[in-house]
Amino acid sequence: MKIKIFFFITYLLFITSGYSSENQTKLLEIYKNLRCLVCQGQSIADSNSDFAVTMKLVVQDQLKEGKTEAEIYRFLTSKYGEWIVYQPTFSKNNFLLWILPYTALIFGAIIIFILVRKTKHNKVN
Amino acid sequence: MKISISKIIIFSLVIFFLFVFWQGLKINNNYDTKGLIGNRISNFQLNKINNSNQYISEEDLKKNTYTLINFFASWCSPCRKEHKYLLSLSNESKQIKIIGINFKDKKNNAMNFLKELGNPYDFVGEDLDGKISILFGIYGIPESILVDSDLIVIKKIVGPIDQVQYNKILKLTQ
Amino acid sequence: MLSNIGISLVILILILSFLIIYTASLDLKISGQAIKKNIYKLSLFQTTFTVLSFFTLIIGFINSDFSLINVYENSHTTKPFFYKIAGTWGNHEGSLLLWVNILVIFSYLFLVFSHTHEKKFRLYTVIFQNILILGFLIFLLLNSNPFNSIYPIPHEGLGLNPILQDPALAIHPPLLYVGFVGCSIYFSAAMASLLSNYGGKSFAQSIKNWVKISWCFQTLGIIVGSIWAYYELGWGGFWFWDPVENASLLPWFAITALMHSLIVLEKRNTLYYWVIILCLSTFILSVIGTFLVRSGILNSVHTFASDPSRGIYILIFLSLMIFSALIIFFSKHKKENYSFNLKSKETFILANNWFMAFFLVTVLIGMLYPIFLDVLTNEKISVGPPFFNIVIIPLVVPFMVLMAIGPKFSWIKSQKKIFNKILLLALGAIIINLLIIYLFGKYSLLSNLIFITAIFLILHSFLDIKKFISKKNKTELPRIISHLGFGLLVFFIGINHQFSLEEDFNLKVGEIKKINNYKINFEEIKTKESKNYKAIIGNFKLTNLEKNLVQYLNPEIRVYSDPETLTYEAAIKTKITSDLYLTMSNVSRSDYYNIKFQKKPFMIWIWISALMIAVGGFIRLTLKKNED
Repeated sequence: MKIKIFFFITYLLFITSGYSSENQTKLLEIYKNLRCLVCQGQSIADSNSDFAVTMKLVVQDQLKEGKTEAEIYRFLTSKYGEWIVYQPTFSKNNFLLWILPYTALIFGAIIIFILVRKTKHNKVN
Repeated sequence: MKISISKIIIFSLVIFFLFVFWQGLKINNNYDTKGLIGNRISNFQLNKINNSNQYISEEDLKKNTYTLINFFASWCSPCRKEHKYLLSLSNESKQIKIIGINFKDKKNNAMNFLKELGNPYDFVGEDLDGKISILFGIYGIPESILVDSDLIVIKKIVGPIDQVQYNKILKLTQ
Repeated sequence: MLSNIGISLVILILILSFLIIYTASLDLKISGQAIKKNIYKLSLFQTTFTVLSFFTLIIGFINSDFSLINVYENSHTTKPFFYKIAGTWGNHEGSLLLWVNILVIFSYLFLVFSHTHEKKFRLYTVIFQNILILGFLIFLLLNSNPFNSIYPIPHEGLGLNPILQDPALAIHPPLLYVGFVGCSIYFSAAMASLLSNYGGKSFAQSIKNWVKISWCFQTLGIIVGSIWAYYELGWGGFWFWDPVENASLLPWFAITALMHSLIVLEKRNTLYYWVIILCLSTFILSVIGTFLVRSGILNSVHTFASDPSRGIYILIFLSLMIFSALIIFFSKHKKENYSFNLKSKETFILANNWFMAFFLVTVLIGMLYPIFLDVLTNEKISVGPPFFNIVIIPLVVPFMVLMAIGPKFSWIKSQKKIFNKILLLALGAIIINLLIIYLFGKYSLLSNLIFITAIFLILHSFLDIKKFISKKNKTELPRIISHLGFGLLVFFIGINHQFSLEEDFNLKVGEIKKINNYKINFEEIKTKESKNYKAIIGNFKLTNLEKNLVQYLNPEIRVYSDPETLTYEAAIKTKITSDLYLTMSNVSRSDYYNIKFQKKPFMIWIWISALMIAVGGFIRLTLKKNED
């Protein structure tokens, strides 16, 4: 059984080793993660506003210069604040945001575990 | 109903949530970057509007006690309204030097605008595609940034400068 | 005059609600099985007046009676007839009246169809439902009255947003409200069940159909909203984790969990208190959703015009609801005995609830966190699609595995034969996934898992269909179709995400752009004058270089005059194999146009699979009682 699992995992790693993202999809990914500051809840990918147009140019330039996605977000956050990026960072302020859902998941798992164990316990008795 | 820890926790949580909802109704939803002060502006090169061989950069601004960087355009009507305050500032205050950045505009229109309303700027730069505005954290015009001699942003004015803002600028730069 | 009729009717409904609560409370003390005939009559009158009040408002819209502020603010004489009617519920006050209608109608229908159940339980349900009705009526009268009048009467209305003049968007609110508001009835029933000690299998049977109905309509409402967003909003997406979308998703998770848990409560007479918690939570979530959307506390593309005073009223109502539910629940809660065999169907249903709770908590936290952070620390952050996708999508993988194998297990215990079949299908899924990689290209580990588990679920469902055709046990069919729909939905969304072609670029008239095997020729710009807008139409020649096919796409920029708005109409060509999507917008003070081009494989199958999920639910509703 363990051998089957080992082969399965190796297989998965093999088929994914060739995964790469092209530049254009990276560009669009970044567009979708940046908020249009003058719109009501749209990313710069979806917005047609002047501000969005300018932002897209800046992101294109920075990508061409070789900046990474994280560097671009850091640059824009320093100018406009964290509100401009849709993916919240994992910072002192935000770690609760990321931790709480998984806490709930584990909490639920514990409850189910207790319920099933109580049954086994009752059955044994 | 028996009182137990879990019940107290649940009731407290509910009260907390409702309290935050209530407070949430009072907060201002519109986002602005007015609070983003304290950063240093950096790494830029501004080409002069009618002579692209001339330019200024951060080094030049360090020579000033205070610099007010104002983004404007000939097609922007609130820019017309705030212009008189800019002229006032350039006359009244010896501490402040004013830099104008012409945003997504045509040179001729910009020069006519200044000829008509007066030129308060010590230097007029151009930002044809808007990319320079992003360097300064601008997202609409008119917008102005006040920096000190260390190039630290001490005030951001989003929208046209009015009497209140004008007074505040003078107070900050005394 | 309509204003007076409308307000009088609302006051009548208010009085009737008081009367129903009073008479029902008195009848509680009388023993026996039959509810006093008076209460039926009062409820019928209440329903009649409520429906009449809604018709009054509709007539106001049809006649463009601008003496009603609501009609003045939301309609226009030149609006097409169908959209005048839809305008009735396309605004805050009108939609509130629709809420009241559904609350009242469901109250009466419950009364009529629950006659096999215990009297005290039914009476309490009607009482609580009418307390909810009262709450909404008071809110309506004091703050959001659709029948308020204006004098002098304006001769033209302010018109409705042209984006909202769309058939899908017209039916989206009513569908969604039957879901959202329909769950009020089992909120009331849950409170009633606690107070009258009417639990177990009978309680499950009393609310079963209501849960199914609200689930079906909620599902359908969400799907229609997504279809509208795709065809009308011009960004080629159909789900943006926008606060309003999330607000409709929260009750959906709860109702799905409830629907599954009800099966356990009915068959095994256990999980009663969990079912009660779900019943109470669902309507509470609906009201929280309404609060977040209508109070202006959130920033969204969809929000109604916001008004903090509405927020205060809804918050007070919400607080009263939550506290009374908590107090009654805690005072009536008793210890329950649980016995869950690990390899039995009920444990899998528990697992379903576990995942639903996780998805619900994630979406709720994502929505509320920015508000909490802002109130407590004055910092503003955005929580958008990346957060929700990163947290939720990986968990969909084990969820689909459980969806596939869960139904195979029988109640209490099960056999070993099942495992061999499961392994075989898993192998089949992996092979098909390898085939996709071979034919179309590699992708990330997560995508692999998504495809494998989705195919796994689909294969299981196909096998179940084969079994259904030979054995003809109707009870399984709804579940097979809905689960199959879900598997297909995830599969096609995965395909779309992986293999879509998407480009964002600027082009001038006469220029050509080449993308992969497509050539886009921006041939010309035409203008067109229509009844209430002026359109700038782009003519794009799209050549598929591989297949040498030529198509023309005509996106539009529309300038409306009343009210002054700008909309972007995408050019969409839908085929069975893929959608071609093109939007055009002008770049200010420039000759350039910003073009977004997308090729989305199997897009229409996303809608078909989603609708399958709803269809399964509707089939279940039509099954006869003994077949369920």
